[in-house]
This record gives sequence, structure tokens and C-alpha cells, in this order.
Amino acid sequence: MSALRERLRISNLPKPARYSLGALGLVFLFLLPNKWFYEYLGIPLGFAYIPLYTTKNDMASVLFICTWIILLSLGLNVVVGYAGLLDLGFFGFFAVGAYVVALLTSPESKLLTEYNWLESPWPWLVAVPIGIALSLLAGVLLGWPTLRLRGDYLAIVTLGFAEMIRIVAKQQDWILNGDRGIPEVGHPPGSVGGEPLFSFDAKPYYWLALCVIILAVFLIRNLVRSRVGRAWVAIREDEDAAELMGVPTFRFKLWAFAIGAAVGGLSGTLWAGQANFVNSTTFSLENSILVLSAVLLGGAGNIAGAILGGFLVIYIPEWLRSVGDVFGLPETVTVGGSTYDISPTSLRFAIFGIVLIVVMIFRPQGLWPNRRRAAEIQHRKKEVAVGE
Amino acid sequence: MSEQPSLDKPSDAPEPTPSAAPAGDRKPLLEVDNVTLRFGGVVALNQVNFTLYEGEILGLIGPNGAGKTTCFNAMTGVYTPTEGAIRFQGGKISGQQRFKITKMGIARTFQNIRLFPEMTALENIQVGADAHHRTSVPGALLRLPRHRREEKDGLKLAHDLLELVGIGGTEHEAARNLPYGSQRRLEIARALATRPKLLCLDEPAAGFNPAEKQDLMQLIKKIRDTGVTVLLIEHDMRLVMGVTDRIVVLEFGRKIAEGSPAEVAADPKVHAAYLGVPADAA
Repeated sequence: MSALRERLRISNLPKPARYSLGALGLVFLFLLPNKWFYEYLGIPLGFAYIPLYTTKNDMASVLFICTWIILLSLGLNVVVGYAGLLDLGFFGFFAVGAYVVALLTSPESKLLTEYNWLESPWPWLVAVPIGIALSLLAGVLLGWPTLRLRGDYLAIVTLGFAEMIRIVAKQQDWILNGDRGIPEVGHPPGSVGGEPLFSFDAKPYYWLALCVIILAVFLIRNLVRSRVGRAWVAIREDEDAAELMGVPTFRFKLWAFAIGAAVGGLSGTLWAGQANFVNSTTFSLENSILVLSAVLLGGAGNIAGAILGGFLVIYIPEWLRSVGDVFGLPETVTVGGSTYDISPTSLRFAIFGIVLIVVMIFRPQGLWPNRRRAAEIQHRKKEVAVGE
Repeated sequence: MSEQPSLDKPSDAPEPTPSAAPAGDRKPLLEVDNVTLRFGGVVALNQVNFTLYEGEILGLIGPNGAGKTTCFNAMTGVYTPTEGAIRFQGGKISGQQRFKITKMGIARTFQNIRLFPEMTALENIQVGADAHHRTSVPGALLRLPRHRREEKDGLKLAHDLLELVGIGGTEHEAARNLPYGSQRRLEIARALATRPKLLCLDEPAAGFNPAEKQDLMQLIKKIRDTGVTVLLIEHDMRLVMGVTDRIVVLEFGRKIAEGSPAEVAADPKVHAAYLGVPADAA
């Protein structure tokens, strides 16, 4: 059984087979938000039977949310999965990226209207690298003093950081404009037949984000397979021994933090473009936790796992909304005169929470873990059992 | 990596090895200069003085709790001496960052094995080899030529070292799954990968049977013959006497004797430290 599984591992297939599988997968992903794709496949849409398509929410929007969450979990996976640093405030970097793009590209930005720092809104493409750079800088600034801490302390400091950004954004009026937020955020450039390619439709954003993810995966994989990745794993497994073997632990932890922050910021810039409106409500603590649970659900320390996790944490709840349509479930139930709402839409997070708990009980290493990381968790479990 | 392994035949009896040459002839590599280390009221090291010369094997022995490992930790930057200084090739190392001390040329193994358990044997050694690599994140991100060259060199060094310590064929085994003896050897290989001038071995023979100890003695000599100075903490007297050029004896954080194995073996103070002082002599 395990031998068969070993032979069927994608990495053990011959190269041409692997590449064509990958290409097929990509085409599939690019077609995913198109309704005609399902019709072509002969899968009926509507109220009868919908295996993949979400009926209560635009499929392209759902997929776009998936992509920027995937990007976030890819970034957080570097920090939590590879370097083993618990970061509870990852959304803070997302917020930095989003706000930078909003401030630079919106004609309503106070940088233009009140302070006259900018003559006119900057193009989105110019704002994105600045957003990424500033998120990276935020990562370095936060990491510099805090990465000397270990374990729980780091988690608390990062938690504080994200909340700080959110509360400052909410309460301060000077440039972030409080809860009124910043509207009319710029879109990426490009037009098709005179119509701007990127406007409110999520589909082009989904395709753009897909390309960005492919690039990010490629770059992160390069890192993981180099001395940098080895240093991260060594730090995670035995930080003292790593340092005594010549690993500049602090520097590599800071790199992990900065890279994670940059990827998180990139995700924020993409999101801000599509959302068109940025205010503090998106940056709540739940979202940091959501990204962390995406990484853990998928399998920390594995790029594919992070992608899977990021996809599932968004897709499952959104898809659950449509389940009622699929199976024709009742929306309400009446017990003893009072009516209760049992529609999958309102119960979706409860169901998803149960799914998460079950997965964590039976597969603590995540759905698609890194083999090494899975072994670490297995051994840790055994050590705990012996200690009892 | 210049010479062939020495042909010295380790014997069962503590053969008198040639006594250390006078200090003037040899270049000092590491000087422990009047080092005192206190933890609160506990004096772990008390004005310890000794010098390690290039190319020798120095044994550091003493009863349990004598301060041997503490001395090691001070040398590798884990602790900073309360008083005194440790100099390596004339430069002060106390207070330096630990990874920099490793880069200067001091590598160590641990009394309790501390490999990276889920990394493969090869990866463990590669981490050590990376100590001198200059590629950082940008180079690795874009797979620049230097990164590829260093990866290749590191991999080759790792393979060579696995052969040297005699556990070739375990490349892709997770370190945790190796047998105990192989883990000890892997630690030595990982330390050697940092290309040290001084290799500090903290009880490398702990838990070894006599045959394994013999092999280890050969290995230590082989390592010395490649030009690496060796500092050895060990409890097994036969091994220490058989392999070292000179011995420093610690007791309760003080140095009580220093000299060739034969001199140390004949020293009454050493006997007293290990066996206690006879009632009539007290």
C-alpha cells in the first residue's frame, strides 16, 4: 500500500508527465470561475446539482478571495511552517500593503486632498512595489526587537502589532480616515476593446492573483531548497545547535519574517485593488487566525499544503452556502412554536469549525504536510505520551 | 586534507606518547587565560589557565562536575567568562556571537547528541558546510551562480565527510533514525563541515563499546592528521591516554594538573581527585 503510494507520488513521476499534469492543472484553475466551463462539461447549474460552483456568491469572487488568502498563507507558511515562529498578527502586513496602495492610488486619499503630497493618484503598478517594500520594512522593524524572543512572547507581540494597526486605522483621522476608509482605490492597468480589464469583476483579479501565486511559489521553493531553507529548518529543530553550527539564527529569522511580511503585503495590494475600498474592518484578528488555521489545516512547512489550506478555509464556508440549494435542505425548522434558522448559510462557520476540529484531532500534521514536519509532530506526540 | 591517516597503532596499555614540545616551538591556537565563570554563588571555573597548540590533541578530563563542559561552553560562546579571556589565534572570542566563533574556526559536538533530528544525515552536514557560504536570500531566490556553486561544494563536502567518519550510505536517512553510534559520528562530521581549526569533542565515546572506542580513536587521529587541532573531553581513561598528546585535569573548576598522559597518570593529585585521598595521606 505504502509502496504504491510512493510510486504514485507526483514527484516520482517522469518529468514530461509531471509537467503536463501541472499544465492541465493550471488550465483547470484558470477556467474555474467560468460558468460556460461547467456548462461545457455538462454539469448543470442552478438549483439542481452544483458540485463546485457556488450559487449564493459569485464564483469568481470566491476564488479571488481564495487566491489572496492562499498568498497570505504562503507568506505565513514561511514564518510559521519553515522557521517555526508563531506569528499571530500576520494580517498587519496585509493591512500595510492594502493601505499603501489605497493611499497612493485613490483620488480621495488625504495625501492628495489635505496634505497635497501627491499631485495626482499614482498608478496601481507603481504603488504595488512600494506597498511590498513597506510591508517588508514593517516586518523588519517588528522583527528586529522581537525575534530575540522565543515562542509565546513572539506570538503576543505580533498579535499586538496587528491590533495596533487596526485600532490606529480605526481611530485616527489623519490619513487613514478612520472607519470611513479610503474609497476609489486604483485598479491594475490594461484594457480589452476599450473597456478596462480590471474593474469590479473579480475574474481578471483571480487570474492575475493566480499568476502572482505561481511566481511566489517558484521563488519560495527556490529559497526552501537552499541554505536559507536548511537554516530555517535547523532553527526550528534546535535553535542553539543551529547557532553553534554557524547559522546566523537571528538574521535568518528576520529574513523569514521579512519575506513573510512582503508576501502578506503583496496580497494586501491585490485585495485593495479589487475591493476598491479600504477601511479597518477587514483587518480584524479573526482574519489573522483564519490564515494561521489555513496554514495548519493544509500542513505547515509545505508549500502545497499552504495552498490547499488557504483554498479550503475560504471555499468550504462559501460552498456550504450553496449546499442547501444542492440538496434542497429546508432553511428553517419550527420546534414548539418557535422557528430556528438552520440554513447552511448561517451555520456554515459552525460546520466549518467542526471540520477544523476533526481534522486537527485526526490529522494534527495537516492535510498535506511536509513529511519531515509530520515526523516532528509524531515524535512530539510520543514524547508527551511518555511524559504522562 | 593533506596527509594520510597516521599509522600510530593504538595499544591497550597507556603508551607514553611523545611529551608536548616546549611552548616556544609551537603556535598557540587557543589560550584560556585566567578564566573564572560564576553562576550566582557557584564558581564553575576558577582561574583556569591553559593553552592549546596547533596540531595537537588535548584531553580535558576531570571527575563529574569538574567544569569540563562549562569550559567548552565558554570557548564556543555559550557562556561569557566572568573574568579572564579566551583568545583564539590571538583574537578575543569571549563575548562574540556564537555563529561568528564557529566561523572563526571552533566547532563542537555535544555531550547529549543535538543533531537536527528530522533532517537527513546529508542535510545535517550541509548546515555545517553553510557556515562559510556567502549566499543569502537574494542569491538563493534567483539561484545565482554562486548559490549553485556553493550548493554543489557543500553537497560534495557532506558526502566526503560521511565517508570520513565511516557512515557512508546513510545520506538520506533522517538523523533520528540512525543508530546511536552513527549519530555521534554524524555530529563529528557536521562539526567538521564548518571547516574548523579546532574541533571540540564533548564525550564522543559515551555509550560506546570497546571496539567502537578503538574506531573512534582512529578517527580522532585521522582528523588531527588533516590539520585540525582536537580538544577532547572524555571519561574513558584508556581512550584519553591512548589518543591525546597532552592532558589538562580539572577538579571543582580548578586546573590541578597538566602534562603528557604519562605525567598526568603519575600525578598523585590526579589520583586523589579520581580515587579520593587515602586516609593516612590526608
